[in-house]
Amino acid sequence: MTQTRTYDDQNDGQKDGQKDGQRGGRNDGAPDGAGESALSVRDLWKIFGARADKVIGTPDADLPRKQLQAKTGCVAAVKDVSFDVRPGEVFVVMGLSGSGKSTLVRLLTRLIEPTAGTVTIGGEDVTKADAGRLRDLRRHHVAMVFQHFGLLPHRTVMDNVGFGLEVRGVAKGERRARAQEMVDLVGLAGNEGSFPDQLSGGMQQRVGLARALAVDPTLMMFDEPFSALDPLIRRDMQNEVIRLHHEVGKTMVFITHDLQEALKLGDRILIMRDGEIVQIGEPAEIVASPADDYVRDFVSDVPRSHVLTLRYVCRRPDGGDPGEGPALQADEVVRDAARQVLAAHGPVRVYDGEDFLGIVDDEDILRVVVAEEEAVGS
Amino acid sequence: MSTTVTRRPSAPPVREEQPRVEEHRPQHTFGRILAVVAVWVVGWAVLRGHQTLSLPGAQLSDFQKWLNGVKNSFDAARETNPAFKIVGGISDGLNWVFLHLQYLFSTPAPGRPVPEVGWVGVLAILVFVAFALAGVRCAVLVLLGTLAFGFLGYWQESIDTLLITLLAVLICVVIGVPIGIWMARSKGARAAITPVLDGMQTMPSFAYLEPLALIFGIGTASAIVLTVIYAVPPLIRITEHGIRGVSEGAVEASRSLGCTSPQLLRKVQLPMARRTIVVGVNQCMMAALAMAIIAAFVSGPGLGVPVMQSLAALDIGGAAVSGGLIVVVAIMLDRTTTAASERAELLARAGRRHVQTRRIVLAVLAVVTVVAIYVSRLRLSAAQFPSSPALQRPVSTFISSVTDTVVNSIEKATTAFANVVSYGLINPLQSVLAASPWWLSALAILALAYVLGGWRPAVTALVCEAVLLGVGLWNDSMITLTSVLVATILVVIVSVVLGVWMGRRRRVDTILRPFLDALQTIPPFVYLVPALALFPPSRFTAIVAALAYGVPIATKLVADGIRGVSPTSVEAAEASGATAWQMIAKVQLPMARAAVVLATNQGLLYVLSMVVIGGLVGGGSLGYFVVAGFSQDQLFGKGLAAGIAITALGIMLDRIARHAAARHGRV
Repeated sequence: MTQTRTYDDQNDGQKDGQKDGQRGGRNDGAPDGAGESALSVRDLWKIFGARADKVIGTPDADLPRKQLQAKTGCVAAVKDVSFDVRPGEVFVVMGLSGSGKSTLVRLLTRLIEPTAGTVTIGGEDVTKADAGRLRDLRRHHVAMVFQHFGLLPHRTVMDNVGFGLEVRGVAKGERRARAQEMVDLVGLAGNEGSFPDQLSGGMQQRVGLARALAVDPTLMMFDEPFSALDPLIRRDMQNEVIRLHHEVGKTMVFITHDLQEALKLGDRILIMRDGEIVQIGEPAEIVASPADDYVRDFVSDVPRSHVLTLRYVCRRPDGGDPGEGPALQADEVVRDAARQVLAAHGPVRVYDGEDFLGIVDDEDILRVVVAEEEAVGS
Repeated sequence: MSTTVTRRPSAPPVREEQPRVEEHRPQHTFGRILAVVAVWVVGWAVLRGHQTLSLPGAQLSDFQKWLNGVKNSFDAARETNPAFKIVGGISDGLNWVFLHLQYLFSTPAPGRPVPEVGWVGVLAILVFVAFALAGVRCAVLVLLGTLAFGFLGYWQESIDTLLITLLAVLICVVIGVPIGIWMARSKGARAAITPVLDGMQTMPSFAYLEPLALIFGIGTASAIVLTVIYAVPPLIRITEHGIRGVSEGAVEASRSLGCTSPQLLRKVQLPMARRTIVVGVNQCMMAALAMAIIAAFVSGPGLGVPVMQSLAALDIGGAAVSGGLIVVVAIMLDRTTTAASERAELLARAGRRHVQTRRIVLAVLAVVTVVAIYVSRLRLSAAQFPSSPALQRPVSTFISSVTDTVVNSIEKATTAFANVVSYGLINPLQSVLAASPWWLSALAILALAYVLGGWRPAVTALVCEAVLLGVGLWNDSMITLTSVLVATILVVIVSVVLGVWMGRRRRVDTILRPFLDALQTIPPFVYLVPALALFPPSRFTAIVAALAYGVPIATKLVADGIRGVSPTSVEAAEASGATAWQMIAKVQLPMARAAVVLATNQGLLYVLSMVVIGGLVGGGSLGYFVVAGFSQDQLFGKGLAAGIAITALGIMLDRIARHAAARHGRV
């Protein structure tokens, strides 16, 4: 797994790092025991167009998107995607528009029917569920937050939040109590009787959030929920999601086109391009060892010191564990560790739990920070 | 010439991927039209008067005689044929319902000298409904309008018109809303029903009359069926549009929460489309009223009858009074449904307290209404509308005399106008269209259809021409076509002038638009009254009515098109120093071309339906035969054939205009 990557991997230079990233992209997404994952996706395809199911399995399926369209008239939106999401994790799917990320998230609850592949949520194969089972799943286990909110304009905030419970058939009293709880949770108290169009964009998305939370799902999906919002409000809402994640601890699948957002929220990030997975990894891993030029280009503007952890900066000293001096954990972000490292006399030891990984000194820290300055300068 | 041909070894064709370039074909449409017209005119000059296929009014072609036979056999089969048992059942049912509605509200019930509910009761009910649906202002409007029914002496006819319109709308809602919902939710249904609706909406109202009379006979039932068929397409269309217009996001979000299909419809789609559906009901109601009036031809009850009689007797005052009442009914219905659609949202949003107050007010008013009904059943004075003050005669005499004075004083101008249009436009056009040999006109029309819209409308035109020939009304169709073209040209001229003015000056728009809106709520039948007041009965009068009927919609479309021209382009032209005229001619009109083409298209259809109705005021040709078919039994076949010809003409013109619009309307 990525976490157990060792020092050797790090200093083996660009080429290996790249290969490693590739490997991460293909295999690391799947944890060892598939049964433990909250969401498991295997070989998922979505091809739009007539007779789309005929394409899979033929050599055509490997064609780049444009050629496939020219040849068969079909558009491959999602191509052979597999990944797993661990319970309680925030899993971010990132890609530019047209990369298939919004289609992907809709395939997960079959708002769009997949062409091939399986999706397993909480141990149940969604792709094999009949209409009733699927409805049940949507009503109880998975809830979604949408880019354009998808609120019902003819209903008050309260009735919008309670809508999921209403279609489920929950009695009115219970529904209202639960809705009130959620309204309070997302900080909309006092607006219960308002209609969506009387609220600002940020507040409307809070309603969308509360509506999703109200059904107490095990898995929450966010489809670019904040891209329609102003930058400041977007930041507020991101913090709100982080807070809610701490409070309610749901598993989350979060779609975005914004790398900053992905790095900020994601425990792990899946990067998509033209319907295919380019890389899956932790934020620091993606920044430290991009799988290819596409990802590298993406992360070039990222302030590395904000994302990189000591794991990716430390190096193996010549003489093994020096055994003395201050020690830090490998998951510490460079920016947070910088002051301590710079203040220390001599190198600082980096540990992954009990295991010694290596040392960092002023030089290593400055290399990250200064390289960043240069990148910004150019 | 060529003595030696050097044979170069032909290189194998290189098939490389070429960037696709849209082939730009220069369109010489205008030149080609001129060429076709020139050939036509030359042919006309040489062959004028030959093979025109003109058929004297009282003479019938074989096909028309056959239609007469069909009518007779239908009449005979009415008693025996099982298919007619069903039709007869529907017919009897509708008649029964309407008769009992009449007993209830408008005509003396059996065993009573007056209806079950007297005028005070009816008035109270109408005002109560208007208040509940649309608020105080509408209630006052309805109160005044309803009083006008009585004081102007058309109480029973007006109430009958209301009853038949409302009954038809009720049937339309029961049929149309589910079909609209079905179409919105099923692609197959949409694909199957849309062409049917297209066909129904292209047919001018007059074309429905005779075939329905053939099946349902003459009377109320026929009038109701006619009205429903005419009024239901807009409701279906708008319902479908409303349901499909519900935001994709809301639907998807609801599905993601596990809505079942019925839940989605009930809790999301219907509430969100409610306003649009009410707009559809409004449109349906206006169409129903327009048709309910025309249904006077199949002995439908209501205000259409006095208008028709007055028009026939050239009694402008009488026609103005009864026609004015139709407008009153139209305004009452229109305002009430419009306000209802606007209030629907407000009411849903009103707070709990407001809802309670409203309930109390409504309960009190309901009690008052019940008391009024009770009183109107007990006292004759509350049952029968007081005969004084009887305003009908003085008002109609007054209008007649005022009209006479006005018309006399401007007679020179109107006559001059009529002459200019008649000699300058109608006569030459009619001569070329109708006095050319039929095959020349047919070919020329085909060529024009091809030049304007390509081979599809040409094929349609060919089929429609075959129909015109087949029903034996070629010459009359050409005469009607002349009126339609002349009126359309005038409509386009007037609407472009007015529309550009409105589009460029917001003040003009604010002043003119309410008038145009008001004109649009008036049923087409009523337009004949002022036209007949200004001009003696002739085809020209029909053209004037058509002009008045087509201008409002076309003007609005042009004005919206001009207003829609990107302000950046206007600003850029202004910055380059364009004069006002250059701005109009080089920027605004070309950029609003799509709107002008659409306005022409709409204007054409409006004009066609009006020119045909103009058969009543001397319009002659097809419209006249429809009218005559009802009054003279032996002409029924000709009337029915005229209905078919009108439909063919309508479809032909619509298809040509539509394809031309698609081809040339691009900006």
